[in-house]
Amino acid sequence: MIKKVELTPENDRFINKVNELSGEVVTLCEQCGTCSGGCPLVSEMDITPSQWMRLAQLGLKEVLDYKAVWVCASCFTCTVRCPRKIDVSKVAEALRQIILRKAIDYIDLKAIPKEELACLPQIALVSACRKFTG
Amino acid sequence: MKIGVYVCHCGGNISEVVDIKKLTSSAENQPEVAVVRDNAHMCSDVGRNLVLEDIKKHKLDRVVVAACSPQFHGKTFMDIVEKAGLSPYVFEMANIREQCSWPHFNEPDLATKKAKDLISVALAKARLDESLSRKTMPIGKRVLVVGAGIAGIQAALDLGDAGFEVYLVEKEATIGGKMAQLSRTFPTEDCAACILSPKMADVPANPNITLFTNSEIEKVSGFLGNFDVTINKKPTYVNDQCVACGVCEEKCPVKIPNEFEQELTTRRAIYVPFEFAVPYKYLIDESNCIYLQKGKCGNCKKVCPHDAVDFDQKPEKVEVKVDTIIVATGYDIFDAKEKKVYGFGTNKNVITSLAMERMIVHEAEGRATREIGKRVAFIQCVGSRDEQIGNEYCSRICCMYATKLSQLLKRADPKKDVYVFYTDLRAFGKGFEEYYKRAQKTGVKFIRGRVAEVNEDSKTGKVAIKVEDTLARQIIESEFDLVVLSVGMTPGAGTKQAAEVLRMTKSPGGFLQEAHPKFKPVDTLNDGVFICGCAQGPKDIPDTVAQASAAASRAIRLMNKGIYAVEPITAVVDEDLCSGCATCVSVCPYEAVKTEMKDDKRVAKVNEILCQGCGSCSAACPSGASQQHWFMNNQLKAMVGAALGEEEQ
Repeated sequence: MIKKVELTPENDRFINKVNELSGEVVTLCEQCGTCSGGCPLVSEMDITPSQWMRLAQLGLKEVLDYKAVWVCASCFTCTVRCPRKIDVSKVAEALRQIILRKAIDYIDLKAIPKEELACLPQIALVSACRKFTG
Repeated sequence: MKIGVYVCHCGGNISEVVDIKKLTSSAENQPEVAVVRDNAHMCSDVGRNLVLEDIKKHKLDRVVVAACSPQFHGKTFMDIVEKAGLSPYVFEMANIREQCSWPHFNEPDLATKKAKDLISVALAKARLDESLSRKTMPIGKRVLVVGAGIAGIQAALDLGDAGFEVYLVEKEATIGGKMAQLSRTFPTEDCAACILSPKMADVPANPNITLFTNSEIEKVSGFLGNFDVTINKKPTYVNDQCVACGVCEEKCPVKIPNEFEQELTTRRAIYVPFEFAVPYKYLIDESNCIYLQKGKCGNCKKVCPHDAVDFDQKPEKVEVKVDTIIVATGYDIFDAKEKKVYGFGTNKNVITSLAMERMIVHEAEGRATREIGKRVAFIQCVGSRDEQIGNEYCSRICCMYATKLSQLLKRADPKKDVYVFYTDLRAFGKGFEEYYKRAQKTGVKFIRGRVAEVNEDSKTGKVAIKVEDTLARQIIESEFDLVVLSVGMTPGAGTKQAAEVLRMTKSPGGFLQEAHPKFKPVDTLNDGVFICGCAQGPKDIPDTVAQASAAASRAIRLMNKGIYAVEPITAVVDEDLCSGCATCVSVCPYEAVKTEMKDDKRVAKVNEILCQGCGSCSAACPSGASQQHWFMNNQLKAMVGAALGEEEQ
């Protein structure tokens, strides 16, 4: 099903939010795809980096429903190659921040069995707390 | 003193923002203002006649027009003021469009206030305007054309045919430029050599053109109507007795990569640049000649039946005097080695588009220089639209030459798989879109996506590219036999040198700056110096030729009458105040100021013809002795005073 999209001032507010948090201007992206073509993790993503740039350019909040920005390792390959000198990884970070600031708990630490907790790598636990708890 | 003030509505451009009534009533109350009028279009015939009639009827001696930028219509009104019998320099323009109504469209009250102030400033200056008059100078019919690619050739032929005396200077050993290397030309697919070589042959045949090849412009001094040019003629070590029989070449033991053929073939140290070179004559490549480097060999001299080899040739300086100059120094292709992710220079299966041009020529002539392979990929925007390598501009030609090369390959062998990976496909010219469609019909596959990287399979030698198809949103990883980099244009070494020797302004991309992008596209800020072709910016052959003819006609416009008018906006030195420190001499970009002895005192003296009125000396003068006509210190002070709302003195 192809969804109809409306372009409203609400979209502009979202664009401004992403710009403010990233310090970049997402509307400057020319959609050449250099970021996606060189991304070492693109095969693990549900949308490509240039797609999240495009969705952000349009101010479509559905960009937050995709997991791709969480797969991004911030390796900066896209950033050093972008012909428009846009820091694509900063935009990914901005999108992650918007999600985190919703302060929704996706995991319940208390529900994790103690014996599992003991063998979980600490770094994974800390990052999971950062990503999945409000 | 009687001043006329004219306020333009600019058909709403100004009047929709600025309150015209308020402007006119405020102007009426200003001292010495005799007439105030407003009109929908001051630049129209009606508007101009208003000024003309008022000057006569009311005996006005100053005119202020509040309208657009003086760049746009300043000359229009100066001509009217002159026509009415006044000096064109008792006219001032208040720019209430570009500097007021356009930028302040959302603040009408403040815009009106600013427009009032701008008119007050113009009035303050007008009251102190001197009645300057233009001088006329004699001018001859001699032109220097720098660069003999298709732009320089076209300009030189136009000028020569019109009866002007042309000195055509080319740094390479032959004329023809980059066009000589091309296979065919888009979108008509004329063979480049077939359409260029007759024009090249016309150059030495034209009695009005003196050709200097293997030569560079070393120094240019002087000014419009009086340029002194020093041409450095480098030695070719072969004299005019050469008939290009080729005996020497056979005996030359040196074999080096042929730059004209993009290193696909080799040449000797004594060689002719290519088969339709003009002049068609041998020359010796000094840095690769064994005799010139080590004093041994000399085979060519021994076998030459015409005694044409002359190892004792020295560089020669030739001085010429010209009236105008046309710069047609062209471009260099982007050095693809700078774009490291594409592996040019380290991977032999990654080549430039210019090499592909040569390969197609060789194939067509039945002397293939290397195998093209079955699968070919073109990568667009290499060195263009890429801020990472510092080139923000689009090179304009790559989309279409890739469209051409790809379909030539596909038509020659329909079994080939030919892909073009592009960022945006820009088919903007006449017949370009149709030509693009023809390529699609031929079976060339166009994929929208800028290639991220090219990797070599060290075993097979094949090259794999990684790219996102930004329309299908798929990541493509695919192997090719050959990757062609569609390299963009950069300002040529010759263009950089010309900019330095002629002290020309450059645009942000490094190409030469035109005087006005719309109305003076081939003029420069240096009077009498014109630009055309890719020296001015990336462009294709039709645009280059059109610009070359335009530059020739602009030069003819200046020279044809035999006299030209000189602007009186020049520096003027108060000799009593001048201390002879010569600061002005060192800051003048036009070498227009010199010091001389006067009554046992060293003073600065301005050459009014050379002076362009840039104001550098006036700003730098520590004793306030140097001022500039039409921008005298008392005028500037009055303008600042009016802007700050100070009472008239």
